[in-house]
Amino acid sequence: MRHRDLGLVLQQIRYQNRIFWRSPVSAFFTIAFPLMFLVLFTALFGNDEIGSLGVTTAQFYAPALAVFGAASATYTNLSITTAISRDEGILKKIRGTPLPPSVYIAGRVGSAVWIALIAVIIMMTIGSVVYGVEIRGSTFAAAALSFVVGAAAFAALGLMVAALVPNGDSAPAVAQATLLPTAFVSDVFIVTEDTPAWMEALGNIFPLKHFVAAFGDAFNPTLGGSGFAWSGSENEYAIGLHLAVMAAWGIGAAIIAVRYFKWDPQGHRRGSRRRAGRAGANS
Amino acid sequence: MAAIRVRGLSKHYGALTAVDGIDLTIEEGEVFALLGPNGAGKSTTVEILEGHRIRTAGDVDVLGFDPATGGRAFRERIGIVLQQTALERELEVAEVIATYAGFYPRRRDVDEVIHLVGLDEKRAARIKTLSGGQKRRLELALGIVGDPDVIFLDEPTTGFDPSARRQAWELIANLRTLGRTILLTTHYMDEAQNLADRVAVIANGQIVAEGTPESIGGRAEGAATITFVTEGLSREQLPAQAQSGFDEASGIVTIQTPNPTAVLNDLTGWALERGVELEALAVARPSLEDIYLQLTEEGM
Ligand SMILES: Nc1ncnc2c1ncn2[C@@H]1O[C@H](COP(=O)(O)OP(=O)(O)OP(=O)(O)O)[C@@H](O)[C@H]1O
Ligand SMILES: [Mg+2]
Repeated sequence: MRHRDLGLVLQQIRYQNRIFWRSPVSAFFTIAFPLMFLVLFTALFGNDEIGSLGVTTAQFYAPALAVFGAASATYTNLSITTAISRDEGILKKIRGTPLPPSVYIAGRVGSAVWIALIAVIIMMTIGSVVYGVEIRGSTFAAAALSFVVGAAAFAALGLMVAALVPNGDSAPAVAQATLLPTAFVSDVFIVTEDTPAWMEALGNIFPLKHFVAAFGDAFNPTLGGSGFAWSGSENEYAIGLHLAVMAAWGIGAAIIAVRYFKWDPQGHRRGSRRRAGRAGANS
Repeated sequence: MAAIRVRGLSKHYGALTAVDGIDLTIEEGEVFALLGPNGAGKSTTVEILEGHRIRTAGDVDVLGFDPATGGRAFRERIGIVLQQTALERELEVAEVIATYAGFYPRRRDVDEVIHLVGLDEKRAARIKTLSGGQKRRLELALGIVGDPDVIFLDEPTTGFDPSARRQAWELIANLRTLGRTILLTTHYMDEAQNLADRVAVIANGQIVAEGTPESIGGRAEGAATITFVTEGLSREQLPAQAQSGFDEASGIVTIQTPNPTAVLNDLTGWALERGVELEALAVARPSLEDIYLQLTEEGM
């Protein structure tokens, strides 16, 4: 690292942001798609208090869908765009410049987290202005920290998928086929009192439910506390355990991503893949 | 001093030997062209020198670095135009050039570079709206924006129209005047002829000939071709050395000879004596393309 590398990271974040905002499809899916769910759910269920939870529909769904948007911005977008850039030879070309690979990746991650933040802010603002979602000052810091840890973990997972898929065509399928089913067992779309125990258990394994809980509970007025506790009692907001699970996933994903990441397009070497093995990473 | 030194370079892809023991020395300030048929191993060689691919065997030195381990300090001093165009569709020409300029400690002025590759009118255009040749020119701009000492150009002018190609040649000639070293590959013989101080022809991963464009493959010593057209003469009326190359239908005479001066002297003497006009008289050395085809067909 040199001292001007921080400037290069910022430059790369802006560069990637520009690309994102100029691609209407990804911008739509990340920002507008979760908002559509919010509109839909409040229209379907009404915005009254959900009996079992003691909060309004929007109060429950807005933070959950904000987290879903953040996961799309990091996990889905990052895995797909990185894999496509590799197919197009853009990663290879970057590798031939003095830009350090770590700076390039930091730029991509930074941009994804920034877009996730915008998705969250838009969701919570609309939730609060249109649907009366309550935002509390006492839990703000814990919610912000949960966002940072969650977004970083999902960015690492996105890079892991990009490292493991053979090409950009398979990246969207892999990303969607993993994120959507997980969302169904992670309190994003459905909320029932009597979720089957196995579904509870399944959801607890994956990081999305912990992201939803750590961030979403900050907006649950029936819970007390600032959130900075390991695991709360029945009526307490606590993020510690949730952050630990997300961090574990994130670190594991980052290790796999670093180990298997490839910069060259992969189309070329069907015949020699096996033999090329690890050394083939950039040969 | 040599900017690039290669000894016994080999590259295997599984069972395939793409590069098979290449030696090369390219001096500082030299323009060197690699010629060869598709799949000959040009890109593989160039990309090993760029640090993009790992060699199987041999020694490689570029500017005192081993490209495989040279890292950032090495990449700050080289410029690369890959054979495959790879650009972000949604960005504008000037945005990309300015961003790439930021990677290098020593850099050229963005507007100057845009002008050098002839994209002035497209500076604010989205890349997805550029034509194929314009994209290629942008690639060339990205290859030189870091003011590199050694520049690798893998088929840089493919898709250029004739005037854009001339402009690119001028640009490359300019870089040479500035003392930069350039290694390029091309399928255009006129490009090699015009630009290169030296050329090497590579076939099946081996260098089959190397030299200046004028002398490569025995071009300077090779047989010259003398042609002319006669009217109303039969084969028997021609001088002895012209008889075998006479085409009766068209009246064209073709003579291959290693010493054209003497043959011409005989011919013109004979013609003056008889008052015969040697129409469309021409003497030609084999072109670089002739030599190239000869060299690459032998190996096939
Ligand atoms: N990544 C790779 N994996 C396996 N084989 C490869 C790979 N890259 C190149 N080859 C093979 O190596 C040989 C040399 O390829 P290379 O790209 O160096 O040729 P080239 O001279 O640049 O050809 P062209 O003029 O078509 O660009 C070819 O037979 C090619 O199929
Ligand atoms: Mg090639």
